Amino acid sequence: MSGNWIEVCAVEDIDEEDVMRFDHQGRTFAVYRSPDDEFFATDGLCTHEHVHLADGLVMDEIIECPKHNGRFNYKTGQAKGAPVCVNLSTYPVKVEDGAVFISI
Amino acid sequence: MREIAMADQTRKRDYSLLGESGRTAVEMGLAAAEWYHTDVPRKEMKALMQRSDAPAIRDTIIWLGAMIIFAGLGIYFWGSWLGVPFFLAYGVLYGSASDSRWHECGHGTAFKTRWMNDAVYQLACFMIMRNPVTWRWSHTRHHTDTVIVGRDPEIAVMRPPDLLRLILNFFGVLDVWHAMVDMLRNAFGVISAEEKTFIPEMEQPRAIFIARIWLALYVVTIATATAMGSILPLVLIGLPRLYGAWHHVLTGLLQHGGLADNVIDHRLNSRTVHMNPVSRFIYWNMNYHVEHHMFPMVPYHALPRLHAMIKHDLPAANPSMWSGYREMIPAFLRQLRNEDYFLRRDLPATARPYREEFHAELAPAAR
Repeated sequence: MSGNWIEVCAVEDIDEEDVMRFDHQGRTFAVYRSPDDEFFATDGLCTHEHVHLADGLVMDEIIECPKHNGRFNYKTGQAKGAPVCVNLSTYPVKVEDGAVFISI
Repeated sequence: MREIAMADQTRKRDYSLLGESGRTAVEMGLAAAEWYHTDVPRKEMKALMQRSDAPAIRDTIIWLGAMIIFAGLGIYFWGSWLGVPFFLAYGVLYGSASDSRWHECGHGTAFKTRWMNDAVYQLACFMIMRNPVTWRWSHTRHHTDTVIVGRDPEIAVMRPPDLLRLILNFFGVLDVWHAMVDMLRNAFGVISAEEKTFIPEMEQPRAIFIARIWLALYVVTIATATAMGSILPLVLIGLPRLYGAWHHVLTGLLQHGGLADNVIDHRLNSRTVHMNPVSRFIYWNMNYHVEHHMFPMVPYHALPRLHAMIKHDLPAANPSMWSGYREMIPAFLRQLRNEDYFLRRDLPATARPYREEFHAELAPAAR
């Protein structure tokens, strides 16, 4: 797989069914750990009003924005209804040697 | 001790979403700004944000069940004064409790299960006469730009306060008038210029569709009343929004009444008031209003816990509605003479200072 793999954090730095903010070179991302112990990554700002999703709530495969409760499927980036209408960009994630990597 | 702040110059406020004040707010960076938040550790915030169906299912059964019982007793005693107290109770559950259900379910935080939120939201919207599409977007704007003049479509008391309007709205008169006008306009396919400022174009057809359904429901209700030769169908559907509105107005005015506008710190423009358990059931804990604005992802049933966690950083909650009104009404009266006047509450010694940078520019406070 092509792409620039950037180390985000140690696996244990993100709780299960939770999200963490990751900033890199002026860009911000949200990195998720699902209830099934899988990792995913999206743009870090809500497409509605650019609020940090890492302050929001992860429920199963959903990330809820903390400002207006807009919801996305963080696995696919799909916006799940008003007030969010624009999907999130997603990024490949891998885990190696206990560390989480994102490809951007 | 409370400190009352005054402005030493009066600025005319333009509350239109298409007007000068809104443009100024955007230019100054007040629109979609970064608001103040009390620090809460992530682990504790996650615990507070957790969703559950159980509390809202319980409360919804009580709410709708009580409505059915009161309506049934009101119908049974119809024609006698004995029916009046039952209809008064039914009216509050229909015309006031629907406000808080609209609000919480509109946020999607009442229930964990999405369709339950949506179902109660649609029902509550119909009762409180707020188009579910329009008001979802207006409320989104209210949270983005809380009491920012020219940006917030939900400022309940404009300055200078229109006291007659306030009194009429305890009986829902103006709200129902505007709701009917909006419904008819939308049903005829028209979205107003102001509505277009906060409803995305792709959402507007749904607003029109729902308005048409509601219009049909009201036509059927009126036709039924006409056929029966009785006002009873309207006493059950529609009119409770008038005779049952008083509780949601009584509690709702305290949310922001008499406090600052054009600030980006909810501790300055929102109020938390301790209330009795019956009112809190009707109001679904929206009396914790500073907490709700600061952390809208916390569901209603967790707001008391959030309050306990952050009250060290907030002005003291009013101990009762009476306390809130005792400070709010004089503030309204002073705003009649000086529309820049607002009530600025003291912070406890444990709190971080207010964020006042924008407000200091827009309406200087005299100390």
